[in-house]
Amino acid sequence: MLAAHAWRGDETVTVRPESLLEAARLLKEDPEFQMNFLMDLSAVDYQAFGKTLQGQGAHANTGIAIRQPMNVPTDEPWPGPATTARFEVVYHFFSLPLKRRIRLKVPVEESKPEVDSLVPLWAAANWFEREVWDMYGIRFRGHPDLKRILMYPEFEGHPLRKDYPVNKRQPLIGPVN
Amino acid sequence: MESLETRDMLLNIGPSHPAMHGIVRIIAKLDGEVIRDAQVEIGYLHRGFEKMSETVSYNGVIPYTDRLNYVSPLINNMGYCMAVEKLLGLTAPERCQYIRVIMSEISRITDHLTCVGASAMELGAFTVFLYMIKAREYLWELVEAATGARLTISYCRVGGVKADLPPGFAEKTHKALAETRNVLKEVDKLLTRNRIFVDRMKGTGKISQEDAISYGITGPFLRGSGVNYDVRKASPYAVYDRLQFEVPLGTVGDNLDRYYVRMEEMEQSMRIIEQCLREIPGGPVLVDPESGRPISAAEMVDKGKMGRINEIAGKTAVTDPTLQGTGETARDTIGVAEKRVFLPPKEDTYGNIEGLMNHFKLVMFGHGIRPPKGEVYFPVEGANGELGFYVVSDGSDRAYRVRVRPPCFTIMGALPKLLVGEMIADMVPTFGSVNMIGGEMDR
Repeated sequence: MLAAHAWRGDETVTVRPESLLEAARLLKEDPEFQMNFLMDLSAVDYQAFGKTLQGQGAHANTGIAIRQPMNVPTDEPWPGPATTARFEVVYHFFSLPLKRRIRLKVPVEESKPEVDSLVPLWAAANWFEREVWDMYGIRFRGHPDLKRILMYPEFEGHPLRKDYPVNKRQPLIGPVN
Repeated sequence: MESLETRDMLLNIGPSHPAMHGIVRIIAKLDGEVIRDAQVEIGYLHRGFEKMSETVSYNGVIPYTDRLNYVSPLINNMGYCMAVEKLLGLTAPERCQYIRVIMSEISRITDHLTCVGASAMELGAFTVFLYMIKAREYLWELVEAATGARLTISYCRVGGVKADLPPGFAEKTHKALAETRNVLKEVDKLLTRNRIFVDRMKGTGKISQEDAISYGITGPFLRGSGVNYDVRKASPYAVYDRLQFEVPLGTVGDNLDRYYVRMEEMEQSMRIIEQCLREIPGGPVLVDPESGRPISAAEMVDKGKMGRINEIAGKTAVTDPTLQGTGETARDTIGVAEKRVFLPPKEDTYGNIEGLMNHFKLVMFGHGIRPPKGEVYFPVEGANGELGFYVVSDGSDRAYRVRVRPPCFTIMGALPKLLVGEMIADMVPTFGSVNMIGGEMDR
């Protein structure tokens, strides 16, 4: 385990990639957790985190002061990502018997974007992991059929990565009539 | 005797097919009429919602959320706005919460009407479809009266809703609900004991509780299998914890059970709407002592100009909640009193300099809402199941990451399991009960 927090009431745990399967199995089978639902699986690319803040856009040279983010005084600040790794794969679990949610995060390095697949534990992971592969280019070890899901197979790159330009267009490849 | 050679046949259903509610392709491997293997291909309606959300301000995402589930857009609006509110640490006022609940339950009914009507039509019951679309029309008129649009409503705002409910909304709603109940009664007569319908629905598309949970299925589809999970009960948001309603459950988990669950859920949604209309807190309204009529905002301004402050202090005026927006005095009942978040009423934007500045400070590039750094996940009960928004903020005016957990994505992931081993004709009711919404699934 790398870090844990409960910002805004969302219990969050960050674990090392090598202990992901173990942690997920514990969450699923331990009577204290009983997380029988894998509600959501996605990823976040932290490459541009905090860099979009100021200095960009039309307002940059106008001299208009940018307001600080709203601060709620009673709240402790969000601790942020636990490591400097570029990606984080985010799992949201839900326990139906205990009516409890937990968020599990796994840092993934850009040089080796690979984590273990959760398909043996939850069938829902199949499509979710395909989507993360499609959008972020993170591979899942042990996934039965890791291929693109929302984009077409000939698509190049991974569109939700922060270095993929938002206005980039690629030719749509399809059957020629 | 020499046996005949048999070959599996590949049948390509979709992407554009009359029995497909959206654009989706199913490649079925057939042995005679039995489906031996099925591959589901999605993504034909991928519009890059999540990528686009990272490029616009927090308020700018709201119109995109309308297009997620285009049969019940109000629930999407509400889910996104509540996620951002959680990020900001704000709670919308009580009246606003009630309005949101009323609108999302109306949307739930329209969604279920569409789903049941369309899947009945595919089984030949065209009358049912027309009846249900008629009932949906009554409900969409309500939505139109409150929001000004039927589909692309953008009604919720971060911190509140765009406008208060229009005058006479309660009466209109009661009338529309009565009409809907009549339609449901007629449909019940037409379908529930209809031999053709029951034979097609019963025993097809079965899924067990364990499988449904493993596939992450939620909503009416899961409840059809008898699993008691409803976000409104399990982790209540808005004012659902104060309302009385039941969660209908199926037993077998086939298409017929899901039909029953949806029909009963519509009744429960109507119950919720009626309770909300009874309990919704109104602002104090100033009444003219002579005529007994409420006094309009314009008259209040006149009184204020004449120095008759004590007559109007602390009171809320009746304002005109048309497309022009709601008067300032009713604002604090439908939105948070936080100018850095909640857009000013349109009268103010067009009428005075403070309102105009406030408006531009929220909509101009680089000047939107700025939540603190953080991440939240907020689930609401969409018409198809758990609709979750996972929002990450890096402290700038644009969301760093907006992730939608689409309810029908997981159900479509389980579709091969539902189809394999069944007849090709059973695919139609099974796929109908999935209620696939392309906009939400492909984003």
